[in-house]
This record gives sequence, structure tokens and C-alpha cells, in this order.
Amino acid sequence: MVTKSAYQNTRTRSVLGAAISAAPFLTLAILLGPIIAGLLGTLLPAVGLLRPDGNNDLTRLPFDMALETPGLRTSVWLSIKTGLLSTLAALGFAILLVSGWYGTRWAARAEQLLSPLLSVPHAAAALGLMFLIAPSGWLARVISPWGTGWVRPPDLLIIQDPGGWALTLGLAAKELPFILLMLLAALPQARPAETLRVTQALGYGRVRGWIWTILPGLYSQIRLPIYAVLAYGMSNVDVALVLGPNTPPTLAVRILQGMSDAELSQRAPAAVLALIQLVLVIFTLGVWRLGERGAAWVGRKMLWRGTRSSGALDTTLRFVGLGCAGLAALSIFGGLLSHALWSIAGRWRFPDAWPQTLNLNTWSRHGADILDVSTLTLTLASIVALSAIALTIGCLESEHRSGRPMGLGGQIILYMPLLLPQITFLPGLQILLLRGGFNSGFIPVVISHLVFVLPYVYLALSGPYRAWDKRYATIGWTLGISSDRILWRIRLPMLLRSLLTAFAVGMAVSVGQYLPTLLASGGRVSTLTTEALALASGGDRRATGAWALALTAAAWGPFLLTLILPPLIYRNRKGVLHG
Amino acid sequence: MADTGLCFDALTLTHRDGRPLIALTHQIAPGQVLSLMGPSGVGKSTLLSAITGTLPPAFTQRGTIELNGRCLNQVPPQNRRVGILFQDHLLFPHMSVGENLAFGLHCDARDRRDHVCEALEEIDLAGFEDRDPATLSGGQRARVALMRMLLSNPEALLLDEPFSRLDSDLRHRMRDLVFSRARDAGLPVVLVTHDIADTDAAAGEVIHLSPSR
Repeated sequence: MVTKSAYQNTRTRSVLGAAISAAPFLTLAILLGPIIAGLLGTLLPAVGLLRPDGNNDLTRLPFDMALETPGLRTSVWLSIKTGLLSTLAALGFAILLVSGWYGTRWAARAEQLLSPLLSVPHAAAALGLMFLIAPSGWLARVISPWGTGWVRPPDLLIIQDPGGWALTLGLAAKELPFILLMLLAALPQARPAETLRVTQALGYGRVRGWIWTILPGLYSQIRLPIYAVLAYGMSNVDVALVLGPNTPPTLAVRILQGMSDAELSQRAPAAVLALIQLVLVIFTLGVWRLGERGAAWVGRKMLWRGTRSSGALDTTLRFVGLGCAGLAALSIFGGLLSHALWSIAGRWRFPDAWPQTLNLNTWSRHGADILDVSTLTLTLASIVALSAIALTIGCLESEHRSGRPMGLGGQIILYMPLLLPQITFLPGLQILLLRGGFNSGFIPVVISHLVFVLPYVYLALSGPYRAWDKRYATIGWTLGISSDRILWRIRLPMLLRSLLTAFAVGMAVSVGQYLPTLLASGGRVSTLTTEALALASGGDRRATGAWALALTAAAWGPFLLTLILPPLIYRNRKGVLHG
Repeated sequence: MADTGLCFDALTLTHRDGRPLIALTHQIAPGQVLSLMGPSGVGKSTLLSAITGTLPPAFTQRGTIELNGRCLNQVPPQNRRVGILFQDHLLFPHMSVGENLAFGLHCDARDRRDHVCEALEEIDLAGFEDRDPATLSGGQRARVALMRMLLSNPEALLLDEPFSRLDSDLRHRMRDLVFSRARDAGLPVVLVTHDIADTDAAAGEVIHLSPSR
């Protein structure tokens, strides 16, 4: 008689147990449902179906209209260029920084800046950069008139430049901390200290030894996050709206313009452009993959030559990495500072480096609105983050109880919302929602946020959840405690800090969502992100500063909970906090 | 087979890749100790997980495990009434010492605190109920872990190298405490160890497991 995996006996027939068994399927449905529906909603109008006037014939008219869009080639090229360059820059500098400085005192200190940098919403970071580097921005004011001779803002296209360089800069600065965090998370498995000692003993410098020996294994672990960065860089709207060119804009911005055009006939060609965007991202990911192969080939050739780098080159590379990462951090924090300054500025003439007067007029004018919208934003984000955590715990606990880990397929589905361009399937979802009569907003917004929040919450929680010592469960069972009670009374309390971090990550991601809010609500739900971006085009710097600051605070607030709550709750329990 | 004690009847554990791990027919009478020795990876801890009902899915179990006449094969782990001690003691770090002891206690809520206080007195830790487990010494933690397990009224006792982290003097006393408690309660004991002194103190049968060919 074979007794199959006794682990299966640990599944309890309780409501919670049933919910846990259902969690993976529910999660799958929540991730895939909107994506598949959205892709259909984009595809059908592109071939002439689902027309607003009710006619339904297959036609290539939308394709013809889309391909005749003036400046289409420029838009396509801009998307590829800004996406590829910003990803390359962020990855390159992140590698230089980690290889040159990992394990030093500086690195440990800089690591603490990562989370706050990472959780600044894209819109707030982009607006901040605009405040800094625009011709009338803070930077120009600080160096004028003594350095430049400017007494009024110069007539230069620094932001929204036709070449998309400001956009590239903004994307690279914002994605650098994300790639850094991914590198650092994957690093301990690569045993960098031991490996480096060997390569240095063989005469290779720090940076080069690192790139030859540690990077290859490390890169394969961060490949999916890198692809997500590339896909986002090519297809984002929130950064491109602020920093990207207008004449013509990137493809993604064009699609949004077509989709929100009062002229409904513009939707079908915009849907075609959305499909082009999808093909473009897949194509560019393919090019990137070839690039990986090429880099590996070149690397192997150079390895066989055995060239040891001179100490000088190695040191230069270290400081290039440090300088560029510092610049990225400065541009984001500096941007936030200028938001703060503008929001309390009275008169501020160009080229004064500092406002003549400071007052709270902006805050008293917008304070009530900001409070209302903040409440809504945070309520929405809490609902989304809590749902994401419940689903994630369900999936992980189901994995624990069945003893079957998630396969590659599951991982790919989890990353799907981050790899597929939002601008391809969200407009389609909007079209379907409107067709289905769901135009009131809130629930569709929750679900569309959940699609993008779930992957991040899962990534944040799965590591600590799986690392939990399962012998605690064995102890619990042998004490006669059921699996459900072990979950509530032992596992989750022990993981409190990780749970709070995952909650904060989920809140921050939800707070920063622009397209899902805009499209799933049909413009009826306003969050801090949509308001800040709507104001940006109006040019009222004081108001924009106040809203962008509130936006950043809303994303940061939950992280404060992760600092404050665990020591408070476990005042007298050192083992949970340091174990 | 006899209907008291812990019995393995033609018990075999096989890895998914076909590697046979353990083949065992054995009976441990109440109060007796079976010591298992052998190099790591030979399957000692896997056998313990088969007894607690937490055998990893990569393994297949054939044959039966019986405890006082009950066949455990299909019994969920929380109903097996088997206690286990690990070398790391694994007190729940988010609970006080008293909460740790009360967690597995089956009795009226009113009596719980009294029971816990009495139990702490028995292991020379009177007044420790509100202490943070992280502030205890290794020997104190070991005693709390033992008492937590005893309070759940197990019918058998599994020891997974529980003395290996203690210094030699403490190890000696802890061994005496564990084995005398097991004898007094009439519990069959399975001891997994690397330390020959453990098996000597256990004074029971010793099985040397060797890696499968």
C-alpha cells in the first residue's frame, strides 16, 4: 500500500482552506482576464468591428488610416530609441555601481536611499525633473545670470525636445533604482565576496572581474525585470506626457490622444497603433535578446585574451557609475525639493535662485481638494493592496500546502502585465467596459490596478514567505494545531514586517498608476496622479508642485508604517524583528 | 504487532528518483528509545517527517506507522499526537514564554495560566511566563521547547538532534531531563543523532543507517 505524499493530509476542509485552494485560479483570472479582454478590445476595432455606429464589417480602413498618420515613423523611432537607450543607461550604470562599490561602507548607506527613490511615482519624478531642467527651471535659475548671462528664460527646448533626450534621461534616472534593487536582491546567491577574491587574486580589477564572473549568472536572474523596464520605457505615457516631445509625440502618447479624441472615429486607427506598439515591444525585446547573445559572445572572446584591466580604467569605471547614479538620485530628490519650494513660493522672479517670499497660499487654495483626492487615492490603494496581499498569501499558502512550487508558466503570467504595454490593452478594456455599460468607474479601476499591483506584491512577499522555516509549521501541527490556525497565529504574525512592506509596495504602485485610472474609469475617477498630470500641462507650477508633493507623500506614507509598526507591536519580542 | 508503542511495519521511504531511502520494521515499546545514526542525507530526518505526517512530496511511503494501535498513515499531522524537538528549539518568537507553552495546551481557558505556571516551575523557570523567548539562554529555551511539547500530551516523542547546540554540561542535564520525562510518561522515543554519547544515555536500540547503493 502506498501512502502518497502525507503532506496532502495537511489540507484542511475549511472555508479558509477552500479559499486558499482557489487563490491561484482567482489570481490567474484577475491577471489574464483584463489582459485578454483588453487585447480583444483593441484587436476588434482595429479590423473594423465593435464600431461606435453599430456597423460591423471586417475592413482594413483603420489600418490605412493609422499608417497615414503624419510623423508615424518618427513616433515609432522615438519609442524604440528612448526605451532602448534609457534601459541600457540604467542597466549599465547600475552594473558599474554595484560592481564597483558592493560590499563597501558607502554601498550599505546608499542602499537605504533605494526604497524612497523607487517609490516616488513616475509622474512626480517626471514633473520634478521638468521643474529642475526646464529653461525656467531651478537649475537655470541657480546658474543665472552670473554663469549664463540669462535674465529671462532662454528659448531652448530642453524638455519635450524633439529628440526625446529629456524623456530618456528621466526614464533612466527613474529606472536605475529599480534595476539596482533587483541586482542587489539577486546578488547574495552569486556569492560575490568569494568570487571577487578569486578574480582579484588572478589579477583582474574589481569592476572587470565582476563583469566576467558574477554578472552572467546574475543577469539571467534579473532578465525578466529588465524586460519589464524596457517594455515600460518604450510604451509609457506618464513620463512621456511630461518630458517627451510633442511634434510628434511617442507612439504611446499618440495612442492615448487618439483614444481620448472626441471624434470617436479616431479610436479604430488608435487601436491599430496600439497593436503596432505591441509588435514594436515584442520586436525590441527580441533585438535586446540578440544583443544579450552578442554581448556574451564578445565577452567570451575578450575573456580568452585574458586582458587584465589597468587599475586606472577600473577606478574610472567605478566613479562613472557612482557619478551617474548620484546624478539620478539628485535629479529625483532635487525635483521633489523644487516641488516643495514651488508649492510655498510667493513671488519668484527669473533668474532668482530662491523665491522672494514664501507663503501657504497655494496650499490653502488647493488644500481641501488635495485632501479629498488623497483620501480617495489612499482608499483605492488600500483596497487594491489588501486584495493583492490576500491573493498572494493564498497562492503562496496553496503552494506550501500542496508542496508544488509555481512553474515557469506561472512566473511568466505573473510578469505579463509588466511586459505587455499598458497602452496596448487598457484602451481595449476601456472600449469593452463602455460597450458593457460599466462606465461608473470605481470597481473597474480597482481591478485594473490589481493587474499591475499583484506582480509587485507577489515579488515583494514570495521571498520572505518561502524563506520561513517550515519546521515551525511541523511544531504547530505536532502541538495539535490546524493548518489554518498555524497560518493565522504563527506564520503571518512572524512575517508581519514583510507583509507591511508588501502592503506599502502595493500602495505605492497603485498610487502611481496613471493609465489604468484614466482609462478604466473613463476619466471619472481622479487620483493624485491623474490630477498632477492634468495640471502639468496648465503650467501652474505652484499648484503642480503641491499636487506632486502630495502624490509622493501618498506613495511614501505606507512605508512609514513598515518602520513604525513592527517595533511598536513587537516591543518586547526581539526574535521576530531580528530573526 | 503489539498495540502499544510505536511500530513501523515494512516501512519504506523512496525518493521520487527511485532511490530507496529507508526500509524498516521495528517496534518501540512505551518508555523505550530507538536511536538512529548515520551520515547526513541518509534519511533520518525524512523518517521523522513521515512520522509527523509532513513527508515532502518528493518521497513515497509504503508500509505502516502505528502508534498505540492507531494506524497513522492517513491521519493529518495535527491529529497524530506525536511531539518533536529540533536542535534550534524553535520557540515562536512573537509569543511570550507563557504563550508558547499555552499554545499547544488542551484545557479550559480558566486553568490555562495555572497550568503554564506549574509547568514553568517544573523546569525551574518559575515567573518566566511574560518573558521574550529571545532573552532566554540556550538551556532555558531547550527546556521551554520540551515543556511546550509535553503539555500537548503527545503519545510519542521524536528528537531531531535536540542536544547538539548545547554545551557539554548542559547537554548532559538536558538529556537526563528528556529521557526521564519520556520514561515517566511512557512515551516511545525516536532519537536522531550524530553523538554516540546520546545513544549511550538513551540506553536503547541503535540502528546505523548507511547510504543506499
